[in-house]
Order: sequence, then C-alpha cells, then structure tokens
Amino acid sequence: MAKEFKRPDGRKTDEIRPMKAKVGIVPNADGSAMFSFGDTIAIAAVYGPRKMHPQHQQDPEKGTLRCTYSMLSFSVTERIRPGPNRRSTEISKISQWSLEPVLMIKKYPNMVVDVHINVLQANASTRCAGINAAALALAHAGIPMNDIVSSISIGKLDKQLVVDLDKDEEDWEEGEGSTDIPITMTPNGDVTHIQLDGRINSKELKEVLELARRKTKEIYEVQKKALKESIKEIK
Amino acid sequence: METPRVTGNRIKEYLEQGKRFDGRKPDEFREISIETAVSEKAEGSARVKIGKTEVIVGIKLDVSEPYPDSPNEGKLMVTSELLPLSSPRFESGPPRFPAIELGRLIDRAVRESKFIEFEKLCIKKGEKVWSVFIDIYSINYDGNLIDAAGIGTLVALKQARLPKYDEKNEKVLFGEWTNKKLPLSKEIPIITTIHKIGNNLLVDPTLEEEDISEARITMGGTIDGTIFSIQKGNPKQINIEELYKILDLAEKTRKKVFTNIEKFLK
Repeated sequence: MAKEFKRPDGRKTDEIRPMKAKVGIVPNADGSAMFSFGDTIAIAAVYGPRKMHPQHQQDPEKGTLRCTYSMLSFSVTERIRPGPNRRSTEISKISQWSLEPVLMIKKYPNMVVDVHINVLQANASTRCAGINAAALALAHAGIPMNDIVSSISIGKLDKQLVVDLDKDEEDWEEGEGSTDIPITMTPNGDVTHIQLDGRINSKELKEVLELARRKTKEIYEVQKKALKESIKEIK
Repeated sequence: METPRVTGNRIKEYLEQGKRFDGRKPDEFREISIETAVSEKAEGSARVKIGKTEVIVGIKLDVSEPYPDSPNEGKLMVTSELLPLSSPRFESGPPRFPAIELGRLIDRAVRESKFIEFEKLCIKKGEKVWSVFIDIYSINYDGNLIDAAGIGTLVALKQARLPKYDEKNEKVLFGEWTNKKLPLSKEIPIITTIHKIGNNLLVDPTLEEEDISEARITMGGTIDGTIFSIQKGNPKQINIEELYKILDLAEKTRKKVFTNIEKFLK
C-alpha cells in the first residue's frame, strides 16, 4: 500500500527536500547560519552573550536565551503584515524551548543570548528550518553547547507518514487530511520540541517518533558538515 | 511572587515518594466544578473551577465574510486574557506569551478536532458565515489554566445557541436567540496537560507545582485515543520512553476528566 502512495512533488515518503546549510552569513553577528529545505529558507543570527536589556529581566543566577522568529512580509504568496503576531510569538517561544536543553549558559549571569530567526521564503516547515539554522548559528557563535538539535516536520497524509511537509501537503484534504508534526531532537534522541495539528492515534504517533529519530540524524549530518566547512574557511 | 526554591525542592522530594502537598496522587485532579449560563448576554458560557483555579469562558457569534480558502465554512477565533484581578503575577497591557499560547492551544484542539461543524455555519456561500468567538478569562490563577480553559470551552460551546438573523437586512439580532444549538460533532476534544518534574509525571499542577515544571505536554484528544493536537512546553528535553508514558497518562486523564464533565456535554 505504501509503495502506491504518490506525493505531490514526486518525493519518496521518507525523502527530505534538498537541504542546504551554510554558516557565517551575517558578518555583524557573533554567529549566523542559513538552513533550507527546498525552497523554505531560514536564516538565523546570534548576538551575545551580552548584558540583558531590559534590566529587570536579568537573571542573576544564569544566562538567558531569547529567540525571535519572524517571516519576511514577502516570504509567502499573500503579504504578511510585518511585525509580531500570535503565531510568530508562539514559534519564538517554541524555538527557545527547543534549543535551551543543549545550551550551557549557566555561567553567564545577567547576560542574554539573542537568536533572531527570519524566514526568507516559506514553503511549509519554516519553524524546523529556523530551529536548524538557529542551532548552527549558536554553535558558530561559540556559545557553550553539549550538542546541537535538529528539527523536522513529519506529516501524515490520510494514513501515510511522510517527512518534511511542503505547502501542498499541508493543505492535503483527502481521507483523514493532513497532520503536521514538527519535532526537534538531540542527536541521542531526546525530544526538545513536539507539536501536532491534525488527527492521529498513539500507535501512529509512536511510528512518527521513530521516523523523526531516523531523519533528524540525517539533518544532523548536514548541520555538522556546514560547521566543519566554516572552519576550513578560517584556515 | 515566584515559588521559593526550598518549596520547590520539597515538592520534588515529595513527588519522589509519590506524594503531593495537598495529599493528591500524581495522577489525580483537584475537584472540578462547573457552572453554566454565567452570562445571559453570551450565546453560551461556563465557569470552571479546578481547586482554586477559576476561569470563565464565553461564546459570542457574529456574521462575517468567510475566508477565501473556505467559502462555505464558519470561522473560529479564540482569545484569552489573563486578568490582573486573578493573580498578582498578571499585569494589564497587551497580551504576553502565556495568554497568547493559551488561546492558541485551545484554538488548535477545537479546530483540528472539527468539534464545531463549520460547514453547517454557512449562511450564504462565499458571502456570509457565522464566526464563533471563544473568549477565555482567568478569575483566579492557581495552576493549570490550560485544562480549565479547555473544559470551559467545551461546556460553553455545548450551551451556545445561535442568535436570530434578519436575512433581509443581513443583520444579527443580538440578544434574541433561536432554539438552534451550535452544531457540534460527537468527537469531543478534551485538553489535558501532563507535567514532568524530575523523573515524575503529574497532572493538574497547583501554581507552586507549575512553577517548577520542567517540561509539559498539552494534548487535545478524545477518550477513544484519537489525538488532535500536541504542544510541548517548558525548556527540558523528554526522552522517547517518557513521551510514551505521557501518551498513556494523557489518555487515562482524558477519560477521568470526561467522566467528571460528561453531564454538561449532553
């Protein structure tokens, strides 16, 4: 049954769109990176650790991570009004939570590490591309981390699981419709972020987690390669 | 205002022995009490208390133009306000993240479950549809606003009746109601949140427990195990084994919550 399944763009069910990752794309930033899934492109820049402003948000016990996610107004077909909205506020926080477990910023009291994520072009899975770029940018900035995280969206189109949803698949309407499950994992398989919208049972959800485990490893390799390449350039 | 660290540590020690300050078991809810029709102006409303936590949810309807990509479906808008009167922690001003997240968590569970039958809320395709506004207000905050808001939403939606609509003048006659209830499906999305503290999982945290929650998973789903929405919150990772346990605990908790609120959903 699985073999019969056709994805709108002809990909295999477990095929991620071509990924690109590049580190060091914003010279002003302390660390920066680009990550793309096909035509979904996100960039991220890190500033800090630096003094937290406003002052009342300073934490005298440990450093703080602060993420902002936003989409450029022309990153989608219909223009988005610039500035924060409810969706972007939520994704900002989700991105922060997904990155925090690997960060070792306890030793920076009263300081903040700012991560700015911008989506240049969107064809679904933007938060995953954003988190992948942000993880790279943090590593590039030399922020102490015990590892990086990798993020992927798993989809369920009717009853078929697929990886890395694009817009056409997000709008899938046949059968049970489309279920979108963005997941972020550490290389040893801990889940730092999971969301789900749609319809699924717990047996299917377990398959989703296994699939995410397998595919985040693939993304991790792409991220590692990009980081290594950035060091070659310095030499 | 934050929970002192000694209290937090003591909560953790207690949990290690499977105990909580108020004598509950980790998987036990506080008492849930529900009142309906708390507003006579709203199309439907409910007051939900879980222990000392209290929320009011109101439903209002209005007629507007449908979205271009769903010309024959009603619309949904969920907002929440964490009122300054409900806690010394909340301040007035534009909504901050917790209020935004609360609204979106409820929105997604209701929307994805298709609990409201939006295709039945079309008046004239492409021109006029009913918009459903779900507004959530905190009255007293002692942890677990999400689950309280979820219960309140279900009960208030169940109460809601359609206002009269003057088709000739294309005007809603607010304050006059028809006998028609809001069209709802049989698949009821129950929203429950499981928290992780240390190596322990618990449901329905008090404010003190919520303060030291390391990770939480909010899920909207039915008592038969269909899941419509998931969101992980708080900055601590969860391993896959723990996640499986959370899935099981969430399903059991949904069943318990449902038996508690069942009579309000008939």
